[in-house]
Amino acid sequence: MSAADDRLQAMLQRIPYARFLGVRAELAGDEMTMILPFGEHIIGNPVLPAIHGGVLGAFMEMTALAQLSIKDGGERQPRVIDVSVEYLRSGRPLTTYARADIKKVGRRIANVHVEAWQEQRAQPIAALRAHFLITSG
Amino acid sequence: MSDRSDIMANMAQGMSQGSPHAREMGFELVSMDGRAAIMKAPYKDIMVGDPDTGVIAGGVVTTLLDHCCGSAVHLAMTEFKIIATLDLRIDYMRAATPHKPIFARAECYKVTRSVAFVRAVAYDETPDDPVAAAQAAFMLDSSAARPSGGKGRPTGEAR
Repeated sequence: MSAADDRLQAMLQRIPYARFLGVRAELAGDEMTMILPFGEHIIGNPVLPAIHGGVLGAFMEMTALAQLSIKDGGERQPRVIDVSVEYLRSGRPLTTYARADIKKVGRRIANVHVEAWQEQRAQPIAALRAHFLITSG
Repeated sequence: MSDRSDIMANMAQGMSQGSPHAREMGFELVSMDGRAAIMKAPYKDIMVGDPDTGVIAGGVVTTLLDHCCGSAVHLAMTEFKIIATLDLRIDYMRAATPHKPIFARAECYKVTRSVAFVRAVAYDETPDDPVAAAQAAFMLDSSAARPSGGKGRPTGEAR
């Protein structure tokens, strides 16, 4: 395991909300995949059933934060300014994956795009675009 | 309140009790006022995003806003339809105060045949000092376009 991977796993372990959702992360070089296993506790609509849209938003937001911390070595604490979530397909009772693409990191602002999918990477179920404020220390 | 709006109010209430995730988070519809829904989330340890300060994760605010917006759509509709979030945009103004409940107030200000538009704020003290603000669009009768048979089970195609 690399130092970046150790840091990533430690970060996720430390966040109670990430532990509650059951989020995991896999790191291959600098490419990270976040994994959200399906569980009863993340169901929004029990009739379909479908994963709660808010959970998908939260999961993608976490993916963006984790990717930023990998890039930054965890030195700065990014704070979310805004997110825009697009829902493309229903979140079915399956494992969900997400990857973040950092579009720009400036002195103060970072722009990140995230896509989440289930069985097929080419058929995303949701996408997120976010801005983060990056402060030192 | 007419019978019809009673039914819609029941639906909106049922949405928070019928959703396993909303139950886990303790979301509770506290009031309904015309087309606006007010929802409360208690402070829970599982919601914490920053263990150093005890501040809840942004994602929890996202979920509360999404859920409250959905309830507001149900309140505003004249008949029950299955709805699905199309998009949700959220501005985060400040961190929520740790160890305090958080509220969301969502208002569905326009309903067309296929789409409903909602705006919402999340706050801990007063809506005038919001933690976050949201704007969302919902698809109405989202199962209508699905092929018949199988009682409208999701096909994994359009929501």
